[in-house]
Amino acid sequence: MPMLTMTVNGVQHTLDVPAGRFLAEVLRYDLKLTGVKIGCNEAECGACTVLVNGRSVDSCIFPALKAQGAEVLTIEGLAAAWRTQQPSGANLHLHENGDQETELEALHPLQEAFVRYGATQCGFCTPGFIMQAKTLLDANPNPSDAEIKHCLKDTYCRCTGYVSIINAVKAAAEKMRTGQMPEPSLPEHVEPLHYVGQPLPRPDAIDKVTGRALYADDYWFEGMLYGATLRSEHPHARILSIDASAAEALPGVWCVLTQKDVPGALRHGLVEADWPVFAGGDYPARYVGDPIALVVAETDELAHDALKRIRVEYEVLPAVTDPVTARRPDAPVLHPDRPDGNLLKHIKVRHGDVEAGFAAADVIVERTYRTPMTEHAFLEPECSIGVPAGWSDPRFGYHDKLTVYVGSQIPYADRDQVARCLGLPKEAVRIKGTVMGGGFGGKEDIAGQIHAALAAQVTGRPVKILYTREESLRFHPKRHPTIIRIKTGAKRDGTITAVEAELYGDSGAYASLGEKVMTRATTHATGPYVVGSAKIDCYAMYTNNAPCGAFRGFGVTQSAFAVESNMDIVAEALGMDPIEFRRKNAMRVGAVTATGQVLRESVGLLTCLEKVETAIREWWREREQESGRTGEQDGASLSGRPSSNLFAPLRIGDKVYAWGVAAGYKNTGLGGGAPDKSEAEIEVFPNGRAEIRTSSAEMGQNLIGVLAACTAEELGLPIRNVSVLVMDTDLTPDGGPTTASRQTYLSGNAARLAARAMRERLQGVVAEKFDVPPEVIAFHEGLAYVDEARLAAVRGETQGAQNGSQHPLRSRTPAISRSRSISFAEAVKLLIEEGRSPKLRYEYWAPKTQPLGAGGDMHFAFSYAVHAALVSVDTTTGEVAVERVVSAHDVGRAINPLSLLGQIEGGIVMGIGNALTEHYIVENGVPWTQHLGQYKMPGIKHTPQMCNFIVEDPTAEGPYGAKGVGEISSIPISPAITNAIYNAVGVRCLALPVDQDALLLAMKRGERELDRRWGDPPIR
Amino acid sequence: MRWQAYHTPATIDEALALLSRYGGAAQLVAGGTDLILDVQQGNHATPQALIDVTTIRGLDAICEQDGWVVIGAATTHAAIEASPLIRRYGTALAESCSVVGGPQVRNVATIGGNVAHALPAADGTIGLLALNAEVQVCTWNGSAVECTWQPLLSIFAGPGKNRLAINQMIGAFRFPMRTERTGSAFDRIMRPQGVALPILGVAAQVTLDENGERATAVTIALGPAGPIPFRATESEAILLAAPRLDEEAIEAAIVAAQRQAELRTSKHRASKEYRHEMVAVLLRRVLPKAIERAQSRSTFG
Repeated sequence: MPMLTMTVNGVQHTLDVPAGRFLAEVLRYDLKLTGVKIGCNEAECGACTVLVNGRSVDSCIFPALKAQGAEVLTIEGLAAAWRTQQPSGANLHLHENGDQETELEALHPLQEAFVRYGATQCGFCTPGFIMQAKTLLDANPNPSDAEIKHCLKDTYCRCTGYVSIINAVKAAAEKMRTGQMPEPSLPEHVEPLHYVGQPLPRPDAIDKVTGRALYADDYWFEGMLYGATLRSEHPHARILSIDASAAEALPGVWCVLTQKDVPGALRHGLVEADWPVFAGGDYPARYVGDPIALVVAETDELAHDALKRIRVEYEVLPAVTDPVTARRPDAPVLHPDRPDGNLLKHIKVRHGDVEAGFAAADVIVERTYRTPMTEHAFLEPECSIGVPAGWSDPRFGYHDKLTVYVGSQIPYADRDQVARCLGLPKEAVRIKGTVMGGGFGGKEDIAGQIHAALAAQVTGRPVKILYTREESLRFHPKRHPTIIRIKTGAKRDGTITAVEAELYGDSGAYASLGEKVMTRATTHATGPYVVGSAKIDCYAMYTNNAPCGAFRGFGVTQSAFAVESNMDIVAEALGMDPIEFRRKNAMRVGAVTATGQVLRESVGLLTCLEKVETAIREWWREREQESGRTGEQDGASLSGRPSSNLFAPLRIGDKVYAWGVAAGYKNTGLGGGAPDKSEAEIEVFPNGRAEIRTSSAEMGQNLIGVLAACTAEELGLPIRNVSVLVMDTDLTPDGGPTTASRQTYLSGNAARLAARAMRERLQGVVAEKFDVPPEVIAFHEGLAYVDEARLAAVRGETQGAQNGSQHPLRSRTPAISRSRSISFAEAVKLLIEEGRSPKLRYEYWAPKTQPLGAGGDMHFAFSYAVHAALVSVDTTTGEVAVERVVSAHDVGRAINPLSLLGQIEGGIVMGIGNALTEHYIVENGVPWTQHLGQYKMPGIKHTPQMCNFIVEDPTAEGPYGAKGVGEISSIPISPAITNAIYNAVGVRCLALPVDQDALLLAMKRGERELDRRWGDPPIR
Repeated sequence: MRWQAYHTPATIDEALALLSRYGGAAQLVAGGTDLILDVQQGNHATPQALIDVTTIRGLDAICEQDGWVVIGAATTHAAIEASPLIRRYGTALAESCSVVGGPQVRNVATIGGNVAHALPAADGTIGLLALNAEVQVCTWNGSAVECTWQPLLSIFAGPGKNRLAINQMIGAFRFPMRTERTGSAFDRIMRPQGVALPILGVAAQVTLDENGERATAVTIALGPAGPIPFRATESEAILLAAPRLDEEAIEAAIVAAQRQAELRTSKHRASKEYRHEMVAVLLRRVLPKAIERAQSRSTFG
């Protein structure tokens, strides 16, 4: 093999590498510099960016031998390289495990800024961003937004929406120029407590900006083997035979596993076990991507090469590839063991008398909408590592049971499904979570977990299965494409009298969470409005497309597009302002939803509408002042604009600008009668620290920061003394699935209440020491003390002791008794000396909900949002750009405003993708979209100017009043954009994503409505 | 499977001798951002060996030579984008190279690779074509290398196919260093979904007469408008014949380009009708910009 000599992060290496090796592989796998990420393997995402002789390259397709003699810099070497350039460099040293502030100061300003500005979420893209941004700051000490966007154009982030990244790059530049890093600016929010409500950096942020964070593919074990999966070529085919002899004959191939090797249940599934571990036998392959065999070999490359030697004899079956055809009686049936043909579920909402409602309406609008199949495109492809029971590894220790390392949204469901398919008791399997590079709903179903566990069991070795990006795209469940016909009736005064809707959801080959998703689409199909009557029918259908399941918004993204488009059409027909029409019908306290739920509290929708309306008005005012000042004549339309019409078009050159608005709501929690709980364990230590544990998933949203804040708040501990452990089925109790915007509420409550219970336990022992009632013991910044004010209150009043203990958090300036205080550490020692456990578990049960159809509370909380988008449409090309977004989100309470803003900005940009760029294209059951280069998610150039308002209308049961935000932030934006397009150029886009080609031709032809995308057949 | 050997020759002679020795089993590579992806994604057979031309001494040079700007085949898009010489004398090329991929790609992808890949909509190729560029083809005759200059268009055989034999490679490109009254520009339209290739790219170069009114030379390149990169010769003729380069002349040139170009619908990328419109939109942007630049570099009597 050729010798490669290069200097990496200042250290010279000489390695023997195969001629075909890429630089990213050498850095990651040979030199173990795992901060270099591989997201796509096609120079598309930029996660693998490193500097070679000072120039940035995508190392994933950069032949390693091109780096012969070069100086290579990776994220791991950045801080040290920076420090050596500084005059005071000699004095600064990295303090691992030290104080966050000290450590931040020792980093490169870009790393520091990414931490302080919340520009790292899941963190998988972060090393690439920082390295690429470094090339900009090296050449340009004060870059503009446009220059930052030019530099980071092909570096993709799926979490942040890029706003915080742009701000972080500017802040780093400022620090490099002036020595001072500016503070991030945040939306107004209610007065914070000690930790709750504080914009604290993520606990794992430094690990993520330095490349230390370990994602699943960053783990390697001694003796590890690699698995590669053979997948069906056909959308529907019976597997007649599999001949793997040629593959097995290859030296280095350990085995080829198929259905006959599965010792337990042959199928898995979160709701219904209908998804075969391997297609074969009674279970045909039902989509292109169904697994047929798994090769286990000495190297990943060998495993993939061996796949080509497996011969599969198929009997190709007729396929059904759209949900409407799937419902026809003569359609090929996917699951003959099911009762209703291809019908996964018929979901119904009945509310009042729609016939009477339409009879009473003055205006009736009916349209049919289409939404596309879309892809999560989390930057980290799926990876599972199975480690057999009894395996000892020098780095990761002894494994007493079969263990799967994986970044998964539902660790306990993984454990149960692995155990069931391997024929083992649940307790014989452990899921150990790794740092996770994004999920968005796409890492809820089983990916490689069962295969990795099975392969480890069979070979007795650790086995890693890392999906290629192509495989990830092809295999994992997507967002349901839908066809939604919706009819809305309203009276002249704007009162909505009736809504009738019919939804078809393409659930693909397997149940996944399809029924739940389409239920949410159905129950939210009246929008956040009070409607006189409703009749909604939804058909969730099996087809031979990729399974569809959870994806941020969980069905509501789709129905909101239809609902909010119809709202604007009705408003226009009534001659009403779109905001006024929404306000007229908006949900408010006391309103009843179409499913029969009375909203008793925490409905911040009207405030959201008001905030957004004011902001658009303000924009117009500024615009008018500006054009008045400059005497600019762009506004023939501007000067003639009726002052009340916020949605009037504004032409500047070839472009027409207009605002569009949409509202939305989204449940927090599972709802629909599903028992919903999270359990947390707290342990306090004699060194003054505490650890909070729950299996809930950290996938980038900063749940760990929320849990740390709740715990520190309740225990009065400095937050740096609180650690958080998540996603381990042996060490953390079940927090339930990380889905449905539920974890801040559920696990936040579990952590808060576990910590509170521990506080009470500690109050007991400290009170005994000082001989006072327990309720006067307070905790603050690591001290336990007698609160003299409380004590006086208790002594002064005969029965007024609750006062102090009920609101211990309100006292901003605690009256700490110097003589009667001990450290938290001593309090823990006392607890242990008294023989009481320093560990306890709290199982938090959310309020009970009712199933659809039963009336009553279907959900225990809803979040609300209003989004407005200012778009420009180029009338010569049909190109659409979102220039500005104003949003307001009612989230109950902002536990961490920095992370909350990150969720909002990221959700909005993901929604822009849903409206304008994203479409996972499948033709007759065969994906046309095979590579990331064919799936355009929004890049930094799509990021608009944003103004985001936080509305905090608290929900009584939520932790400190909080409810969910993860999904609502990406829901109303798509229809806000299409409404804006209509306001700009008079063309109504009934299908997403908006196609500039079709839009331009529609404008040219004077067509008012666009009901199809590229290649869509006419609707029935 | 990947390639079994990776060669880093220091001279063209060495590269071509190797290439000939492999007899078709080896492939020249420069930045690799197209070729390696094609191999990885199964669109190109895996070669037995890769011969990296970026290690050839001087192959990445940009220089001025006898009234030409000469660009080595292994010059990266980033280097072209940043070169003052090219920004001044070949603005269209600098502009076209600056929009290819992101900086990470432009730091390694070369102009020689862009041309050799022979895609009818390749940005760099369209930029070169508008500058009336020539390509230097180097041929190994068994004992030595012979280099000849030929028109750029002559090396394209079809979409993704060039006419280079297994003993040939591109050495350099050159375009005339027109000093006065000449300007060029490039623009393109992308689709936000699906394919990463442009819907349409257009570049043009105009040289004005001493009065700054008539064109004495015009080149217009656009793509995709046929199996190989396309010159809108009929539009060029109309503009050359026009008494002045006003809106009327440009509109006539647009009609001619729309007539001459073989536009077609390509799936998930663009419809033929849309491309037809974009020919007009882009020419309306690019021609006035090229003319304006020509005027600003004029020394009129």
